[in-house]
Amino acid sequence: MVSEAAVTKVTGASVVIVGGGVTGLSAAWWLAQSGVDVLVIEKGIVGWEASGRNGGGCGHVTSPLYPEMLRLWPIMDQLLGYPTEFSANRIHLAVTEEQLAVQNRSAAAVKRQGYRCELLDQKQISELVPLAGDNVVGAHFYHFGGHANPHRTVQGYAWGMQDHGGRLMQHCAVTGFRTEGERVVGVETERGLLGCDQLVIAAGPHTGRLSTMLGQEVPLASARAEMIVTEPLPLMAYGGVEGNGLHGRQTLRGNLAFGGGPHEWLELSDRGLSANPTTPLMAHIGRRLVEMMPKAAHASIIRSWAGVIENTPDGRPVIDRLSTFPNVVVATMSSVGFGLSPSSGRAIRDVVVDGICSFADISSFRLARFARLEPDWRELQGWVSLAMEEAP
Amino acid sequence: MLIDENPVTFKTMGNEVPLHYGQGMSGVARNRNAMIEAFVTLEPLIQVAFDAGVDVRLGTACWGLYANGPGVHWLPGTVAGLADQERGWLIGAEHVIVAAGRRDIGLGFPGWEKPGVMGATAAVTLATRFGALNPRRVVILGTSAEALSAAAALRDAGIEIAAIVEQATEHVGPDHLVTELLAGGCELLTHCVVREALGGESVEGVLIAAVDKAGRAVGEERRIDCEGVVLAVGTTPVVDLLAALGCHIAFQPERGGYAPVVDAGQRTSVYNIFAVGDCAGIWPAKSLDRRIAAGEGLRAVGAILGDAENFDSAEGLDPDRPVYDLSAYRMGWVRASVIEARGGFHVCQCEEVTAREILEVRPPRYLGWQADRRNDRSLSSLLDKGPPNPDQVKRLTRAGMGPCQGRRCREQIAALLALQATAPLAAIPLAGYRAPVRPLPLAIASQLPESADQARHWELWFGILSQWQRPSEVPEFYTVSTNEATAAAVNGERGGSD
Repeated sequence: MVSEAAVTKVTGASVVIVGGGVTGLSAAWWLAQSGVDVLVIEKGIVGWEASGRNGGGCGHVTSPLYPEMLRLWPIMDQLLGYPTEFSANRIHLAVTEEQLAVQNRSAAAVKRQGYRCELLDQKQISELVPLAGDNVVGAHFYHFGGHANPHRTVQGYAWGMQDHGGRLMQHCAVTGFRTEGERVVGVETERGLLGCDQLVIAAGPHTGRLSTMLGQEVPLASARAEMIVTEPLPLMAYGGVEGNGLHGRQTLRGNLAFGGGPHEWLELSDRGLSANPTTPLMAHIGRRLVEMMPKAAHASIIRSWAGVIENTPDGRPVIDRLSTFPNVVVATMSSVGFGLSPSSGRAIRDVVVDGICSFADISSFRLARFARLEPDWRELQGWVSLAMEEAP
Repeated sequence: MLIDENPVTFKTMGNEVPLHYGQGMSGVARNRNAMIEAFVTLEPLIQVAFDAGVDVRLGTACWGLYANGPGVHWLPGTVAGLADQERGWLIGAEHVIVAAGRRDIGLGFPGWEKPGVMGATAAVTLATRFGALNPRRVVILGTSAEALSAAAALRDAGIEIAAIVEQATEHVGPDHLVTELLAGGCELLTHCVVREALGGESVEGVLIAAVDKAGRAVGEERRIDCEGVVLAVGTTPVVDLLAALGCHIAFQPERGGYAPVVDAGQRTSVYNIFAVGDCAGIWPAKSLDRRIAAGEGLRAVGAILGDAENFDSAEGLDPDRPVYDLSAYRMGWVRASVIEARGGFHVCQCEEVTAREILEVRPPRYLGWQADRRNDRSLSSLLDKGPPNPDQVKRLTRAGMGPCQGRRCREQIAALLALQATAPLAAIPLAGYRAPVRPLPLAIASQLPESADQARHWELWFGILSQWQRPSEVPEFYTVSTNEATAAAVNGERGGSD
């Protein structure tokens, strides 16, 4: 019997990217724009995991990728050819003196880095954040950063990449790798062998497992994050309003989409979780939202969602070549992937094509920093899954 | 404890929750006490349960079921989220029997947003339980056993049935029901669709046209005066709570579409969760004889008590063999009524998305995105070996994303995607359900108590201090022990997060 793989003409690409999340797709879009023959393989649907399940914030001011991200976001719609719903600027609200003190320190820190940030007075706050109440003790306006729509952006990267000749295979899980000497020459998948000159693994939580198969583990732990979304409310001047332990935004449609809370660490199976269940944490997010925006108390929560998000031990990204197979680049943004995606994809493109990032020093993303990591680092940091009770 | 959201308030009905009321309720539905009294009077078992010591909570919605599983480990056990008009709270449960009933699938046509276009279950509930149905003369769409039963129930409640409209060449429900309705003077129009609902403030009439085999309107349009249009082209089990919890839900035409997979004891794939009544499957015999649903309840009790013998019920263990192709029937309706409609209208009324915008995967109009060469994407560009996924389409078009939580459009969207992909309905995955499965005001949700421990450990993001270090501060090697030594020095300066 002839297998399906043998009769289906499955070819590889110069660069194969494992993972159709925001990081892999941005890298693919940048590579395709450079004329590189690129193929993204995704076990499910693009942006189905953490890339589509975040708050849409474009932050992380201390990242070396941040300045380039700031440059790119305002022109992403134009560059991609698809709308991302990027909206500039952020407002941080404080409803306790303690929160205000923390925000004052953050504001001072970003000012030292040369960014514009100002304290708003009560009149400005009530004009800019009409959903806030009398309990607000202060707010800062950040004249940089912003937020965008993760779903639309992920699809924009995918379509943009395809417009430049890149290819995408969805519903195609990786089962193994084919190697020759110190090179990975192909990716074994459910739909056959896909040859490659270079390989990028940007598979979110699965990057750890896949890199282990190639002899050098990217240490990762996965946790669940949850968000809620309300029915639409009248648009505020700036949607990027957050505080009181919550991150998120008012969408351009008017929904309040916010998240936060404890993040439960999880064991991950090979294919990930079949569902991403939410928990009653929804209500506790809701309480903090009402505290922050009391005038939204009448609005209904109409959905909640959860996603599984990976972190490295120090919470910083890895974008590096494997020492075991130098034609493999591993990439994880360690839970801050969406906002930085315009520049993370460019950095990965640079590493793949030129061997080095052209616009930022990303040596702090090197994998070798974990060479002396304790084997039981997850337990030491308390990043372990609670014991599961057996069903009767 | 017995929880039922009914009777829901006038305001809740106005939000099309939990049924498609289509603003067809009369002022009677504003009288809370009268509604509760009517509800209790019509179902004597409520009093029986109360007398037996059951904690009966009417007007209380269950908006979520939660349990530990592969993706959640921290819950104390199975938990139900409840809310009434003023209060929200959680209760634990060793077993949960879900008897959440049925819901009508929506069907659009120009003017279907007008007050008076409503689901059959909503119309029958208002008319027969509460005497609160506004329209006195209606046109009914659909001829399944459920549709014909609804027509008979409305007629018995004094509502005039102007006509029954069927897109297929002949009725699909039992002949005797058709004969009985026709004998009463009602007209049956097969191979016809509603081209438009007419009226100013509310429905005043419909334009009906014949359709050809491809679902295209042919010939003259005919006006029928009526005050309501009752959508009875399909009923579907209400699986929202079960699906959101993670129970296995499969497309089962013999059970009315997507329904939970249950065993002989009505147990779902989640061990302590049971489904009984219409939410476990809808078929003609069950719609006509309530002893079948009661038998399911009995079997669930037997399974919980480990006493199948004394709680056995011979009533209707297995669904009827389907007498028509439910998938083709529903797709036929959507093709003739929605795709072949003479004008654009909003399939998703909340987010105002048309069928064309869904099939072309257009960004929402409020973005003001101008079409250009590089934006001529369509559904086919999303597909790759997999079937079209309604959740993916929802995220890009917003169809099904509004406050009615997709109750009026999700089956239509599934049918649109199936038609476009030339696949049966069974091939289209069930669009996701997530808690809260009823709109839950923030003011009520926020009442749920939070443990002091959780409040203490609340994090905006993961709370990893080294995540916010400047690159220059990153040590050559990261180890947990050296990090702990330096973590204290990080002063909490944070930029932001995703």
